[in-house]
Amino acid sequence: MSDAHAEHYPGPLHSPPVKIGGEGPAHGHEDGHVHHPKLQHHFDDMAQQAEASTLGMWVFLVTEIMFFGGLFTAYLVYRAHSPEAFQEASAHLSIGWGGFNTAVLIFSSLTMALAVRAAQTSESAKTQVTWIAITMFLGLVFLGVKGIEYTEKFRDHIVPGPYFDASRWEHPAGVEMFYSLYFCMTGLHALHMIIGLGIMTWLAIKAWQRSFNADYYTPVEVAGLYWHFVDIVWIFLFPLLYLIGRHYHHG
Amino acid sequence: MSAAHVAPKSLYYTIFAALLVGTALTVGVAFIDLGAFNNVAMLTIACIKALLVILFFMHVRWGTRLTWLVVASGFFWLILMFSITMVDFSTRGWVQGTPK
Repeated sequence: MSDAHAEHYPGPLHSPPVKIGGEGPAHGHEDGHVHHPKLQHHFDDMAQQAEASTLGMWVFLVTEIMFFGGLFTAYLVYRAHSPEAFQEASAHLSIGWGGFNTAVLIFSSLTMALAVRAAQTSESAKTQVTWIAITMFLGLVFLGVKGIEYTEKFRDHIVPGPYFDASRWEHPAGVEMFYSLYFCMTGLHALHMIIGLGIMTWLAIKAWQRSFNADYYTPVEVAGLYWHFVDIVWIFLFPLLYLIGRHYHHG
Repeated sequence: MSAAHVAPKSLYYTIFAALLVGTALTVGVAFIDLGAFNNVAMLTIACIKALLVILFFMHVRWGTRLTWLVVASGFFWLILMFSITMVDFSTRGWVQGTPK
């Protein structure tokens, strides 16, 4: 084995990095080929590597679409089964909090896009970290509002289960189903936000260590894709949960 | 990777504004009783908003054909899941003797 190995790889596999041009640190080998230190050996170049990462993330996001899709399908079936109950239940949700949170998430998508752009254009570590930090702050605001909303549901005995107060509703069975779906869907969404905050904590640390620039910013790009996906889920959750019963008590 | 497309900041601000307008619009429409058309309007606005995020914030607009294909396949299977489920659910009990 060692003979065959020596034939293809003369010398040690990894020699100390050498400088080429003025383009920052490069990664050299004794057989003469030199490349970016972040380039894995099974890719031709940085562009191909970045494309593969982005594509891989999209494949993951497709599985996420189907993951949330199961809950959206359940929503579709039960709403078709008891439309009046869903309207009655939806009318009770606070349109103010829901709308505010929608705006907060859209704003956080903007700041995330600007964080990716800051890495793409090799802006300073401070600028990159600032955009990431603002995005994280907005994520926390969203979760805080969600906490307030959940607290109200527990207080008013709207949470499905043994303490659900059926007496206040015209269609208690359907309303309970609506709120089961509400907690599953917004809960899974909130879990994704919490995971996103964890990813962005790591991202902020790496950005602070000047890890990202125009040549290599894949982690920022991929984390951005995740964050925008979570925003898209909410873009659908907001109208489907908060807005379907607005004219229920009036007409 | 430095060859990747860098979108101007002004484009991102425009998309952000469009998303906020879409949100205001969907809230406004919800208070008008349009019958079944409420759902159509609501979902149309949501789909346009999602499309804006996917194309511009998620850079698919400048992505490869393979990326386009993967993204589209995700929504294709989602639509399949919705439609086949609803074809079953909405036709329950059509045949005599089958459970509703």
